[in-house]
Amino acid sequence: MNSVKATLIWFALTLAVTVPVFVAARSPLLAWREPVYIAAGFAGVIAMALLLAQPLLAGGYLPGLPARRGRRVHRVVGAALVLAVIVHVAGLWVTSPPDVIDVLLFRSPTPFSLWGVIAMWGVFAAAFLSVVRRRLSLRVWRIGHTSMVGLVVATSAVHAILIQGTMGTVSKTVLCLLALAATTKVILDMRVWRHLFHKRG
Amino acid sequence: MSFSVPNRRIVLTATASLVATGASGLFAPALAQDIAPTPSMRGGANNYLPGAPIVERIGSGGFLMSGTVRRAGDGAPLAGQRIQIWAHTTEGHERDPHSHGATLTDENGVFRLEMPQIVPAFGQPHGHLAYDGEDFETVFLRPVMRRAGDTSLSADFVLKPA
Repeated sequence: MNSVKATLIWFALTLAVTVPVFVAARSPLLAWREPVYIAAGFAGVIAMALLLAQPLLAGGYLPGLPARRGRRVHRVVGAALVLAVIVHVAGLWVTSPPDVIDVLLFRSPTPFSLWGVIAMWGVFAAAFLSVVRRRLSLRVWRIGHTSMVGLVVATSAVHAILIQGTMGTVSKTVLCLLALAATTKVILDMRVWRHLFHKRG
Repeated sequence: MSFSVPNRRIVLTATASLVATGASGLFAPALAQDIAPTPSMRGGANNYLPGAPIVERIGSGGFLMSGTVRRAGDGAPLAGQRIQIWAHTTEGHERDPHSHGATLTDENGVFRLEMPQIVPAFGQPHGHLAYDGEDFETVFLRPVMRRAGDTSLSADFVLKPA
């Protein structure tokens, strides 16, 4: 890959990840929120941005980070993603405990929170599978991790889009679509479904 | 002797007028005797602080919360009922005591309380209202604003005698 193309890819990824964060940082809503609530919101924004980086790293699409090295970074970013989700939920809990309890018990009046809870458990499940990966067959690992992250990206996108929060509508939508597109591409390129039909693989 | 089979248009028109009659006019007096109580909304009681004081306005105002309080069954307006109101506003979080206040309904069962501008929190711009008195069953409401820029919000109570 030539260096111009490499530079452009990294530039585009940097933009896609940083612009939503900068737009959120300029939200007027921040003026009326306490630090814990602000931190919780940004943990959510960052988690969404990491969901775009993850499939690109897993597929070895990023210049300088081919599959093997890319996956090492993918594991580190995955741990950061788990941490971001925990900070997001814990920070919201501190801000308004009854609202978060309602959300976790699936009895919240807000429709977007349901998708967020599903995404949270999906992230935890995908991370758990990667921790016990050595004990799994390649088939179980691939199908399990892929179906979990597919669920995570789809439900996170719905969760984010439905929320009236600090993120800008345009940058939020673009980030969600890019994450969905990148996830779809890596699933197609790795032809994960072949593991569904062939027991050995 | 001629006999005409009713065509589709006549059947449709007859059905539509029957439905319209039923929905709008004729049965309304019967319904007025049986106005159903308002159920509490999901999440309505979140961050409720019992015993919010009756105030002229919450904070420096600028946003109007209003509504009506009526009795279940006959729908009679209820005067002097205490409605408690709280929200995440430009002046504080839902949990802050200064974000809470209460007001009484007038002789027409109407309440109006000025409060600071409600801002989106937990993903939706919304307010909380409570009726928590002796004479009727407790009701918690959580209305959502159509747009975050709205400067008023309303919620109506139909209370069931305790």
